[in-house]
Amino acid sequence: MAMKELYARLKALYPLGELTDQRRDLAFVTLPAAHLRDTILHLRDKEGFTHLVLLTAVDWLEEGQFQLTYLLNNRQRACDLGLRVMISRDAATMEGIHDIWPTAATYQRELREMFGIDFPGSPRIEEEFILEGWNDIPPYRRDFDTLKYAQEAYAERPGRVTHDPETHMRLQMYPGQHPAGK
Amino acid sequence: MFDMFPPDRSQYPAAKPDGTLDIDLTSGKYLKLWQGPNHPGITGNMSVELTVCGDEVVEGKTHVGYLHRGFEKLMERRTFIQVFPIVCRVCVPEPDFNEYCYAACVEELAGIEVPEMAKWIRTLILEMGRINSYMMYLGGQAGALGQGVIGQWTTYVRDLMLDRFEELTGARIYHMFILPGGVRDTLPDGFAGRMEETLREVEKTLKDVYDVMFCNAVFKKRTVGMGVIDPSWLEPYGVTGPNARAAGVAKDVRKDAPYLVYDRLDFEPVTGTNSDIYTRADVRRRDVWVSVDLIRQILAKMPKTGPVMAPIPNVLHWKIPRGETYVRGECSRGEYGYYLVTDGSGTPRRINVRGPSYTHAMALLERMIVGCNISDVAALMVSLHTYPPEIER
Repeated sequence: MAMKELYARLKALYPLGELTDQRRDLAFVTLPAAHLRDTILHLRDKEGFTHLVLLTAVDWLEEGQFQLTYLLNNRQRACDLGLRVMISRDAATMEGIHDIWPTAATYQRELREMFGIDFPGSPRIEEEFILEGWNDIPPYRRDFDTLKYAQEAYAERPGRVTHDPETHMRLQMYPGQHPAGK
Repeated sequence: MFDMFPPDRSQYPAAKPDGTLDIDLTSGKYLKLWQGPNHPGITGNMSVELTVCGDEVVEGKTHVGYLHRGFEKLMERRTFIQVFPIVCRVCVPEPDFNEYCYAACVEELAGIEVPEMAKWIRTLILEMGRINSYMMYLGGQAGALGQGVIGQWTTYVRDLMLDRFEELTGARIYHMFILPGGVRDTLPDGFAGRMEETLREVEKTLKDVYDVMFCNAVFKKRTVGMGVIDPSWLEPYGVTGPNARAAGVAKDVRKDAPYLVYDRLDFEPVTGTNSDIYTRADVRRRDVWVSVDLIRQILAKMPKTGPVMAPIPNVLHWKIPRGETYVRGECSRGEYGYYLVTDGSGTPRRINVRGPSYTHAMALLERMIVGCNISDVAALMVSLHTYPPEIER
């Protein structure tokens, strides 16, 4: 399927952003959160994108936004379309799609726990998914410092040495050179 | 075919308006029962919280997290090459798909063209890994129904295949052989001959497994008509791989969207019709034959010489421009994929692993387990062929 033709058809119906043609069979497009459900339903029912490949989030901390990626697959035409929805990090709430694909409820539970993105009405959204008794900020957010958390939560094992990879490899490859030398 | 064992709904609790079941544990009619995380009838480190009425399951909830190490988060703190030792650990029995999908994502975003020879060797490795994974599955499926000996036979041939992996990659479990740009090395001298010997052992064992497992009256009695995946569930529940093919839908990424050199190999996806535990096991058994044939084709058709690695930038200073992509492959359990987002820095912005177990072991299993007998839960769970690390990453 020519992605551009599909994009033109969609663009006539919904206010889509620019199309990013990643490959012949993969493209990404940004759209407003309010039009996500309609677009997904149209793609599933009219365009043959019946398979929800994944639903995940990307934290653009510097821009204060979360990118939600809904990747849909059309098996008959062997192509994928990624729908990008940008939502504010401060009010991270999104409408669920668990009624369209029941399996999306699992993705939404994970996103709530790992990124703190809420999907009101999603089944068992309040239940812990992977973490147990977690009381820190959601750990997959970019501002969660894994190193700091590990240093505070776990004891240091004595006798263990950690090398800076760049310095260590330079010394391995050029033994005579000073570590700081470029 | 789908009403072979219609469940008796008369004992079931009523549903609340929100769709959840109204289970009153104090009534004495229902019992909470945990299967796992330490239980012989569980696939890997996960558990299923069962609510039973008599010996019939009325509700099941999958619990994961026992293996969570935050792989995806750890990857965000590492350079593109340092991610490599992590990706393969997402799936122990079949780690090569992680290596391939991740490497292909990086190559695509960095604009690296993989040499022809490397594509053939990658395909070879993926098919070897598929046989290994199926061998673990066949042993597990038989073991869940009390046939311990099958696991010993399949572990034997899996061990032979691990020997081939060891001579090819230097490692038995985590190979780390498929790197961005290609593969580490060519095939060792005499590899094709030794692989042929291994494939003959695989075939011999498969025949024994067929005779002892698939023709066994008890195995048939407990699996035919049990654990049916209705074909109408495939899309809503994201079912892929042998679980979908056993329901008659020839979903196979190798055919649907050929990658590497699959478009130059002659094979047909294995399908079934009954979509029960027996059919899923049979589809996987026959899929091993396909993989054996594919390995022979690869070794016969692949170029004998040529570069195996494309030039790549200095990995210590490797920055990839802003972009995102998704690369998938057909692993032994279904669609496996990596979603990689880069932001122009020296580390990935986000990596998301799409493992088939994510949908199979959560939403699908919770749906299928209702109405199941407690003694069949293990067989049902194994028949979906799930690996928990793919869920929690």
